Amino acid sequence: MAISLFEEKLNSKKFVVTAEVGPPKGSDLSHTKKIIELLKDRVDALNVTDHQSSVMRYPSLGVCLLIKEMGGEPILQMTCRDRNRIALQADLLFAYSRGIKNVLCLTGDAVEIGDHKDAKPVFDLDSVQLIRTIKTLESGYDLSGSKLSGKVEFFIGASCNPEADPIEPQLFKFEKKVESGARFFQTQGIYDVSSLRKFMQYARQFPVKILAGIIVLFSYKMALYMNENVPGIRVPSEVLEELRGLDRQAAEKKGIEIASRTIRKIKEENLCQGIHIMAIGREHIIPEVLEASGL
Amino acid sequence: MIVATRKPIEEIIGFLAPYDSILILGCGTCVTVCNSGGEREVALIHSALRVAQTKGLLDGKRFHEYTVKRQCDNEFLEAIKGKSYEVDAILTLACGVGVQVLAEFFPHVVCIPGLNTLFMGSSSKLGIWDERCAGCGDCRLYETGGICPITRCAKGILNGPCGGSKDGKCEVDREMDCGWIMIYERLLKLGRVQTLRTYVPPREYSLKKKPKRVMIA
Ligand code: SF4
Ligand code: SF4
Repeated sequence: MAISLFEEKLNSKKFVVTAEVGPPKGSDLSHTKKIIELLKDRVDALNVTDHQSSVMRYPSLGVCLLIKEMGGEPILQMTCRDRNRIALQADLLFAYSRGIKNVLCLTGDAVEIGDHKDAKPVFDLDSVQLIRTIKTLESGYDLSGSKLSGKVEFFIGASCNPEADPIEPQLFKFEKKVESGARFFQTQGIYDVSSLRKFMQYARQFPVKILAGIIVLFSYKMALYMNENVPGIRVPSEVLEELRGLDRQAAEKKGIEIASRTIRKIKEENLCQGIHIMAIGREHIIPEVLEASGL
Repeated sequence: MIVATRKPIEEIIGFLAPYDSILILGCGTCVTVCNSGGEREVALIHSALRVAQTKGLLDGKRFHEYTVKRQCDNEFLEAIKGKSYEVDAILTLACGVGVQVLAEFFPHVVCIPGLNTLFMGSSSKLGIWDERCAGCGDCRLYETGGICPITRCAKGILNGPCGGSKDGKCEVDREMDCGWIMIYERLLKLGRVQTLRTYVPPREYSLKKKPKRVMIA
């Protein structure tokens, strides 16, 4: 029996699509609601970022609840940057009690890259330890060994980066995540399908579902910025060249074309179970990306 | 060893305002090696304060200089016992440990820190000091080939590199080597890379309960 609707979709052999929603900076949820309305029936599940890039925002849990209320399928992103093991476990209990079943376990970006540079970075746990924490809660106990009332059960996910160099330490960590209980993976943004191909040759031996990350580019400058500042991203020079010199509109179109080209390739080659689209603040273009990809 | 840097002279001048007779006290151990609180730096601060006096700051104040072998050890503080009664403040250039031992030993004098204590570390290049140990109480250096994951990974994580590691550099600073890639490469050379497959459980912060105390027989 699948734990969540999202798991059921992944088990159904269909090409699964997830997309990322970034909570607002403030308490006004009207734009977020519009985005959820636009996407909830277009994709299989919506990830909600957890103070992405260490920028303080409305909480992931709050937007996950909103998605749930609006009839969508949320994936709660949880990082270890801002909460110690007590707060993380408590939030997991809360999430479960409110019907949030999909959790993506991440270490979290460093505080230094965000907008509250003087904040205390927590990292009491790391991503692998967070996965094990969920398994511990599922066994009916918390990390202190105390018995819990009521059960929890989650469909646990994690991230991996097929384009990392050197790749071996990433693969070791990937295996630790699988052994610890991760059942699905959403990869870092992929621009080079050959690295995904290679990664999948290795990853197929594990009983996990993999969604390839697609970050939609919308300008040459943004691509440059991502290369320099966004942890783990590598936009190849050929892709950069495609965007160079284009005006805003043309660059946006190009970005959609680049994304859909990658998606089509992944789908045609049946490389993995689906894709995870990240449009970073421009979620309204996701339906266009899907259309261009024949999805 | 303990690494510290001098506080800005303006901050020190601000601290000294209420006192007339001030002993500038150096420490002959760690802070001498890292050029922040030894005999030489005592003389440097002394002359900086004199320069401030020529500009009308700290008017009429008297300064004395002295450097003990180690400020974090009562044994060496005996030497300035007499002096401690002649001054109304001690500007100490020891690390935070030294300042506290001094303050406890001479409860009748105000002890003013002249340094900011930074970390336990070593020098890799002339004039460059790097943190090497955070005193976590549960040393992992065997599993990590002698490279500390707590201090050399920006997040202090224990199960391998995070997703932000790029080309061997850390997401926090692209000039800084990713601690976990260094660990990987060191273990590769030692033929022990399989060690990295082992899950490392969460840290026991109870080992870091404050204040820490240990009995060493
Ligand atoms: S693991 Fe690092 S912080 Fe902990 S005792 Fe060893 S060197 Fe120090
Ligand atoms: S990039 Fe490397 S050093 Fe920096 S936080 Fe991640 S694992 Fe640690």
